[in-house]
Amino acid sequence: MIGGVITSLVADLTAIAAPTVLSGGPELLSRIQFAWTITIHIVFASLSVGLAPLIVYFTYRDVKTGSERYAQLRDFWVKVFALGFVMGTATGIPMSFQFGTNFPIFAEFAGELIGGPLAFEAKMAFFLEAVFLGVLLFGRERVSDRMYLASSVLVAIGAWLSAFWIIVVNAWMQTPQGFDLAGDVATMTDPIAAIVTPRLAWMYVHMQLSAVIAVALLVAGVGAYLLWKHDGNDAWRTAVTIALVLLVISAPVQALQGDAYAKHVEDTQPAKFAAMEAHYETDEGVALHVIAFPKTLEGFTDPRAENLYTLSVPMLVSYMLEGDPGAEVIGLNEFEHTPPVAIVFWSFRAMVGLGVWFVFLGLWGAYRRYQGRLSESDRLLKALMLSTPLGFLAMIAGWYTTEVGRQPWMVQDELLVGESVSPVLTGWEAMLSVAAFVAVFGGLFLIALYAFRRMVAAESRRLSEAEEPQPPEPAGPSPGSPTPEGGDP
Amino acid sequence: MSIPLFVGDAYLVAWLPEFWFGVVVFTLAMYVFLDGFDFGIGIVYPLARDEHERETLLAAFGPVWKANEVWLVGFGTILLGAFPPVYARLLSEHYLLAIAIVLALLFRGVSVKLREERDDEAWVRTCDRAFVAGSVISPFLIGTLVGSWVFASGTASVPALATGVLLVALSATSGTAYLGMKTRGDLRDRIADYGRLAGTIYLGAVVLVLGVLLALDVRGLRALVFTPGVLVPVVATVGFGIATVALASRRAYREWLAATAGLSVSLVGLVAALLYPTIYPAAELTVREAVVSPIPLNLLTVLGLPVLLLVVGYFLYLYRVFEGPVDVEEDEGGYGVGDD
Repeated sequence: MIGGVITSLVADLTAIAAPTVLSGGPELLSRIQFAWTITIHIVFASLSVGLAPLIVYFTYRDVKTGSERYAQLRDFWVKVFALGFVMGTATGIPMSFQFGTNFPIFAEFAGELIGGPLAFEAKMAFFLEAVFLGVLLFGRERVSDRMYLASSVLVAIGAWLSAFWIIVVNAWMQTPQGFDLAGDVATMTDPIAAIVTPRLAWMYVHMQLSAVIAVALLVAGVGAYLLWKHDGNDAWRTAVTIALVLLVISAPVQALQGDAYAKHVEDTQPAKFAAMEAHYETDEGVALHVIAFPKTLEGFTDPRAENLYTLSVPMLVSYMLEGDPGAEVIGLNEFEHTPPVAIVFWSFRAMVGLGVWFVFLGLWGAYRRYQGRLSESDRLLKALMLSTPLGFLAMIAGWYTTEVGRQPWMVQDELLVGESVSPVLTGWEAMLSVAAFVAVFGGLFLIALYAFRRMVAAESRRLSEAEEPQPPEPAGPSPGSPTPEGGDP
Repeated sequence: MSIPLFVGDAYLVAWLPEFWFGVVVFTLAMYVFLDGFDFGIGIVYPLARDEHERETLLAAFGPVWKANEVWLVGFGTILLGAFPPVYARLLSEHYLLAIAIVLALLFRGVSVKLREERDDEAWVRTCDRAFVAGSVISPFLIGTLVGSWVFASGTASVPALATGVLLVALSATSGTAYLGMKTRGDLRDRIADYGRLAGTIYLGAVVLVLGVLLALDVRGLRALVFTPGVLVPVVATVGFGIATVALASRRAYREWLAATAGLSVSLVGLVAALLYPTIYPAAELTVREAVVSPIPLNLLTVLGLPVLLLVVGYFLYLYRVFEGPVDVEEDEGGYGVGDD
């Protein structure tokens, strides 16, 4: 059934998009393909990053205290982690290979700068994660407690190092340095400058926090659902508490860090910043548009439409950047190459709006927990349930802001995306691979969601069985009635 | 601020580019051997007679296949880090093939995982079919890509396709040998028989590839075949091939597995011998022309090489933890663990 829906959806999308996309040729198709595959991949990748420390914590408490509830939580989330890791590996292998298949000119141009970090990612991080995940999943009976705990730590280190080296590559593309341009190729001159770029720390902290927040919301959402269905379950109350503690700390820190990060973007990539604020003319006392729409209908199909209806707060952008309401801010019209404004503007707003909601949700949840009224507050539990996927959405919106905001540059001010695309790639080859990736990655994502729902349902069934060792109505065999556990005689 | 090691424009040692060519070949050999036996398990998987046997085969590769597959990423990224033009050309000039490889690998990988997610028969069969198809198609396509690379012959050419067949046969050989260590009883006995057959097919495939090379005189190799650089790996791979057949017949499982490792090493050694001193024959690009400049290669050496040794170390640990036959019945989880 799902297959049928996907097929018809793909057919519809193809019918609508085909004319535009084919006219964009291999370049646009390659961009769509990379954007689509990385969007799916990043969800699984950040699931690993966010879950890894939690699994270490659960394993630690289990090994140290032998407490049943932590073993229960670990067993559940390790299964989710394993699913995410398999999907992450499967969807991740096409990522770096696309630098070769679709953007070979970029791979040649920047190979000296990006090849090393990507190789370090594979050797230092990916291997570590994959090898010790094998131990974590299959080795409980084969290794000592200490080694088992160490394996969970090594998996976590692998996940966080992996993200680090990938961010090294991306940060270099945003704020490239440490190289010389000789001919068509960037030659590395200063390895430290090439790795430690101005963007690196900003981006790494922001990304890791967003993964932690996304997973905190996921754990809180699942926990809220199970608490709501099984009132007073100790293990899942603990899970929600831990998730809320993570959220109430990381969401405000993320907001403050993000504010400073935006100023850094204005310093280093003024065109991207101007697109984030839909700010066209260099001016003093620049207003912040809360929302902005084109005045004409045609404007909606033009991502660079300038003539806008706006709801704005006067001078706020200037004030937020410089602490001075009259400060000058560079506008888009100063630049020869500018990104599509509408996508950057709206994805930035989606991210910030969701971020504000997470701060509120964290405070609200922590307050209720502090009162000891976590499972009594239906409204809170429902808000947590509805917010389950929002952390991932905020993260994707953030990446759209930063990556679409870099357009049309592949490497900021050095290499255009249009110049990076394979000269031997034909439109039909690209169309074929885009269609394959859309179908396969889309299908995988839906299957992963389905598998995840089944895990939650199974956990819910397990809790019901644990709660009611004897079925309440002895009369009549009902097919769904839980069987008594044979644990204690 | 700069570190003395990274200033100036000389490689740490004069032969560093050739050394990294060797590392690229080494990662390819590790991949061909380690993921090769994963593919091989998938290739003989349809021969399992019941669900218990199928689960035994899956349990044999459950804890290790993800780690094995990472060697492909290791190969790709080291190629990008040390020889970016080769990476760019190899993948962009074989576009559909490269995309097909990543998709085939994807099906092989996720099907095993998804198999556990539902209990109904039709779903499990579909996942099984995806697993088998992925396990046969992946090595075939990877072999085709390597063949096209080494022989500069284009994707849909006889030498490339013959190399694809060769890699499938190699995978089946090492897969059965690995299973020889992981199974017992009647299943193990049958596996050894399949292994003997796989080894024989491998020898046939080697003859096929050599025949194609000599008949078509690809890249002027007819003259080269009898030089020591090429002849030694050819003789070695034939020798190891005969050894696998003999050892499988004699049920000498440990030695059999070692012989299949020799197959992978000798075959990838042959790839190196046929490439060097070029590294991308289609563009007549040599190792020296394709290599990155001294600073990034020195960086790769200083930061990356110790880590690579460490990786080999913890692979040995992984295989020690999971050594010995798998026994599905002893564990209620059914997938992966069991005491020896």
